[in-house]
Amino acid sequence: MTGEQIIFILVALFTLGSGFMVVTTRNLVHAALWLVSTLFGVAVTFALLNASFLAVVQVVVYIGAIAILFIFAVMLTRKDMRDQGPQTNRNWWVGVLLSVLTFAGLFFLLQGWNGLSKTASAIPVGFDAISELGNALISPDAYVLPFEVASVLLVAALVGAVYVAFNRK
Amino acid sequence: MVPLSWYLIFAAALFSIGLFGVLSRRNAVAILLGIELMLNSVNINLAAFWRYGDVLQMTGQVFAIIVFAVAAAEVSVGLALVISVYRRRNTVVADDINMMKW
Repeated sequence: MTGEQIIFILVALFTLGSGFMVVTTRNLVHAALWLVSTLFGVAVTFALLNASFLAVVQVVVYIGAIAILFIFAVMLTRKDMRDQGPQTNRNWWVGVLLSVLTFAGLFFLLQGWNGLSKTASAIPVGFDAISELGNALISPDAYVLPFEVASVLLVAALVGAVYVAFNRK
Repeated sequence: MVPLSWYLIFAAALFSIGLFGVLSRRNAVAILLGIELMLNSVNINLAAFWRYGDVLQMTGQVFAIIVFAVAAAEVSVGLALVISVYRRRNTVVADDINMMKW
């Protein structure tokens, strides 16, 4: 077992353990903080995959913005956090069953696929993934249209969020 | 070198954990936390297929960035809805938000 595999297993166990705590912790502030550690584990996974830009965006956007937004939302709805009483609904066992079935189904689907044991080819010398990504995002031959549509979607979502959450008193 | 299967199984496990959170939590904010876990597992898959496929094609990373944008939009609108419902109904328990239930 190489060093990279050991690092991957440690990161994966850390991420899955934090993710499990996110969905099982009673206190929602703690759940949001466990979400931060899960997102950090995913950022380390991106770094292991040589996707450096995605790792930085994960830390800046997810941990810096989305997780903080969650913590604010938890604090704004604090009165009904219900630290006492059941945190799961009556049909929680259906959720367990469905998620275990989903994992088993994906696992067996992947087992029957022959590209699974593939290892990554070396990155070509002098290949700059970040500038290639920037070119792909603004090139008319590539993804400029989805990129612009995504920015319009973000603006619309932010305007909608302000409108929905606005207090008219 | 880590084989591709490890990343895919890791992402599948994270997706299943998020699915459990979405299906069984009562608090609407906790349901959104589960959705975030599912979106992150999709991003791991996209980045892994970029790295293990043709590195010169940036499609996987571009799609991961678009998933980032969609996740940010989804969570901002979702939390705004939760706060708005909390202000009017004084609850964030998903079972109690049933005004549109027929």
